[in-house]
Amino acid sequence: MTFNPGGLPVKYFSPSTIEEAVELLSSGPNRRVFAGATDVVPQMRSGRPAPDGLIDLKGIERLISVTDTGSMWVIGAAAPTVRLTSNPAFVASFPGLAEASGLIGSDQVQSRSSLGGNLCNSSPAADSVPALFANRARAVIASGAGTRTIAVQDVPTGPGRTSLAPGEFIIEFEIDRPTTNSGDAYFRLTPRTEMDIAVVGAGARVDLDGAGTISSATLALGAVAPTVVRVPDAEAALLGAALTNGAPSDDVLAAVAAAASAACNPIDDKRGTIKYRRHVAGVLARRSILAAIARASAA
Amino acid sequence: MTIAEDPATTNPGYKWVGTRPIRPDGFEKVTGRAKFGADLYLPGMLHGAVLRSPHAHAKILSIDTSEAEAMAGVKSVITGDDFPPAMGKEKDMASNTIARDKVLYEGHVVAAVAATSRAQARAALDAIKVTYEVLPHVLTVDQAMAAGAPVLHDGMLTKGSEPAATEPSNVASRVIYQGGDLDKGFAEADVVVEHEFTTKPVHQGYIEPHAAVADTTPDGRSTVWCSSQGHFAMRTYSAQVLGWDSGRIRVIPAEIGGGFGGKTVIYLEPLAIKLSQKAGRPVKIVMSRDEVFRATGPTSGSRMTAKIGATKDGKITAADVHLWFEAGAYAGSPVGAAAMCCLAPYKVENFTIEGFDVVVNKPRVAAYRAPGAPISGFAVESVMDEIAKSIGMDPIEFRLANVVEEGDTATYGPKFPRIGYKETLEAIKNHPNYQEPLGPNQGRGIAVGFWFNAGMNSSATVNVNEDGTVNVLTGSPDIGGSRASMALMAAEELGVDVARISPNVADTATVGFNDVTGGSRTTLATGGAVVNACRMIIEDLRGRAAKQWDVAADQVEWVDGQAQMVDGSQPPLSLADIAKGWARTGGPIAASASLNARGVGAGFSTQMCDLEVDPETGVVTIVRYTTAQDAGRAIHPSYVEGQFQGGVAQGIGWALNEEYVHNADGVMENAGFLDYRMPVASDLPMIDTVIVEVPNPGHPYGVRGVGEVGIVPPLAAVANAVDSATGKRICHLPLSPIRILDALLEG
Repeated sequence: MTFNPGGLPVKYFSPSTIEEAVELLSSGPNRRVFAGATDVVPQMRSGRPAPDGLIDLKGIERLISVTDTGSMWVIGAAAPTVRLTSNPAFVASFPGLAEASGLIGSDQVQSRSSLGGNLCNSSPAADSVPALFANRARAVIASGAGTRTIAVQDVPTGPGRTSLAPGEFIIEFEIDRPTTNSGDAYFRLTPRTEMDIAVVGAGARVDLDGAGTISSATLALGAVAPTVVRVPDAEAALLGAALTNGAPSDDVLAAVAAAASAACNPIDDKRGTIKYRRHVAGVLARRSILAAIARASAA
Repeated sequence: MTIAEDPATTNPGYKWVGTRPIRPDGFEKVTGRAKFGADLYLPGMLHGAVLRSPHAHAKILSIDTSEAEAMAGVKSVITGDDFPPAMGKEKDMASNTIARDKVLYEGHVVAAVAATSRAQARAALDAIKVTYEVLPHVLTVDQAMAAGAPVLHDGMLTKGSEPAATEPSNVASRVIYQGGDLDKGFAEADVVVEHEFTTKPVHQGYIEPHAAVADTTPDGRSTVWCSSQGHFAMRTYSAQVLGWDSGRIRVIPAEIGGGFGGKTVIYLEPLAIKLSQKAGRPVKIVMSRDEVFRATGPTSGSRMTAKIGATKDGKITAADVHLWFEAGAYAGSPVGAAAMCCLAPYKVENFTIEGFDVVVNKPRVAAYRAPGAPISGFAVESVMDEIAKSIGMDPIEFRLANVVEEGDTATYGPKFPRIGYKETLEAIKNHPNYQEPLGPNQGRGIAVGFWFNAGMNSSATVNVNEDGTVNVLTGSPDIGGSRASMALMAAEELGVDVARISPNVADTATVGFNDVTGGSRTTLATGGAVVNACRMIIEDLRGRAAKQWDVAADQVEWVDGQAQMVDGSQPPLSLADIAKGWARTGGPIAASASLNARGVGAGFSTQMCDLEVDPETGVVTIVRYTTAQDAGRAIHPSYVEGQFQGGVAQGIGWALNEEYVHNADGVMENAGFLDYRMPVASDLPMIDTVIVEVPNPGHPYGVRGVGEVGIVPPLAAVANAVDSATGKRICHLPLSPIRILDALLEG
């Protein structure tokens, strides 16, 4: 079967097993896997060179499943993100990641878009990626050599580039279930409420110990650097911070915002200025941390 | 929805006018069956593609099409040489359709190809070799008017300049409206506010890209299917560009997926006609969204100054407004209309309004909903708001203190007949939303707007069918529910159930001439032609009944869809009864009416925007939006409300995020809906509407145009609300988060 969004025929494959997909991916010079095609089809329509074959991963049951194993959630790389946002147990576990997934494109797009595609398209503005970073998600990667598991934050290497080798593709994500009171959050800034691309995105995860102090915090920013970035200085400022009225001290929050602004390496473009992105990165960092703390405190 | 009744002209008890039946074209549109411009496929049809200039300004040194013509599947290639020389008053339209010796903007058509597939047509474009000599370009009015600026058109002398222009420049014309004595007026003022404003070009953003199919015979007769706001205009303009008699072209209207003024002009039609003639086969061309942005529409970017003075008790004493509008590559910005509209809602004795039409290396502007008025309105209404604030007066009271009413002379000349402007101000003042408390970081902005509305030429044919159903034919494309309005007016006139009326948009060969669906004119003018044709039918029906009863026609009256003897001496005859027997009474029943519409009623709107500004990010959320507009008479209130809301939605987009972004080379950087940010549904609250009905004395039902004036106030209403929320007067659009945050961080 062929289809031709850009006017040129492209081979289309629909394997039903991972092994088949691995085989198909390596049996042509320029083949790509895809899930919802919400990036690849627009790219072809806008004139980017079409691959010589497209491999649809949605026919592989494991790749579209969302499972709670008890110790972790396993999310198929090709599962439409609506399967996350409409899964009450998942939303209860990772409301921030669910919110981020619910911001990709629009309702219609989310019936197709996947975490695997959102990550591997490797846009620094991808909405689900800061939330995946913040939750220290792992990617399980398949190839002819079997499978290997790496941290999600080791996948993107630059705009449109990943660390995946030719012949490799992500089959699923693993996120450990929190063992203490924990919360995550994702905030993004777009001029429009939907159908827009983040000017800045901020994903946060906070774990509290039994005494109500922060035992672990992660913060990741989108759209402010060539890849999504963690903000170690902000995380360090939060570690061990005590909460008063459900919030760390103003000094700690100011340090978080300053660290976030400093972690930015943004560009001036039609979507935002460097100055604006730096400022708003600090604002959203603080807001996402506070929201994550509120959820952890309520957990 | 509420309808504010004018007590002087209470609803005269119409049976159909003012009701809300499902629109006749609704089923086809919501089920996807309606055929839009790109939906037609003819046997043997070729696909056309258009080669466009990559440069903002360049001389075309040569075009070599030989390689493209030799490619497999390529059936015809055209350049400017395939058309007669561009000259006369259609010169600009002809050279905008396809460039001859010079390209004037990125996206300007240079050549076109027809081939057996879209892919092959596009591949052929790559094989056309164009040699350009790139020229320096100008993108803004300031660049265009700077000393030593490159001149786009060699012979362009500024019309209306004083003294008369002797050197060519990029200023196409100057208009001026003046009254009283400015110095005296400003001397009387207790407060004077002056600001400089800028706005960016914005696109109409219709959802359907332009599309045309042409089937041309070798001897030069063509049938064209296209979506437009006026198929007669497409015929006339195409004939002018081709140098043909217009009768050689028949244009069949497709459904139209939005136009907002931008589909009143030609782009693809002459290209498709000529490609088809050369190839001997039908040719279809469909624009991409990218092409729509780069080469159609938009409306003007601008720079403006507005200086207005008032007394401390709220009387405006003087207004001095200067407007510089980008026309795009050819003369014709709406600066004249902008100048005429901006002070029209105010009684002001001492004023100057001066406007300049300036060409720049951007796409030629096209009409956009109340062309020009939202732009100048942004400047004037922003300053008015600040004056009201500085004298501590409620913004509605301030406008009431200077309101124009019947008998007042407008700043642009004529005396106003009965208008419903004051009623729109009172409708907002009395609206519960005006009393809604505002939360933290929230603000409220008021602005008003005026638009002339248009009349122009329309024709209609009414055919009674043998079973008493009725076909109404007009030549006005249905862009905002006009089929429904035509059916309702015909039902009211004839006394027939609206479900028995079938309103049709007929092609250029089957109905009399109609000007474009634009200028908010269709319900007034084409509706007037329908009413006239219905009245001719009624005369005919009365005559037939009289014949049947063997009495004089004046003994028969038409009541509730029936012919009745004045003295009640015969059982009444319905339309269906008379139709059934038409062979005995004179044959089929039909009438056609044509008119040049008089009695146009001006439109006024008062609007209130409540919004919230995120003080840390500059993001604006519209909290509530309320609009009151004088419809004269709402024929189908749902579509009147839809027009009100649509104008507001587009105006909010213009205010907050929409803008053309060009790089230093004059290349558009955001030619797609991702980065050209029109509002999406989730960006807007339900827009509250108040239909004010102060009937237009010039129309049988009191109709005024409703399509346009709704987009005039939002730009300033939003800016005034941002000022109310933040204390920051921002005079530059769009009010993007970046611009607002910059203002907030200034401290």
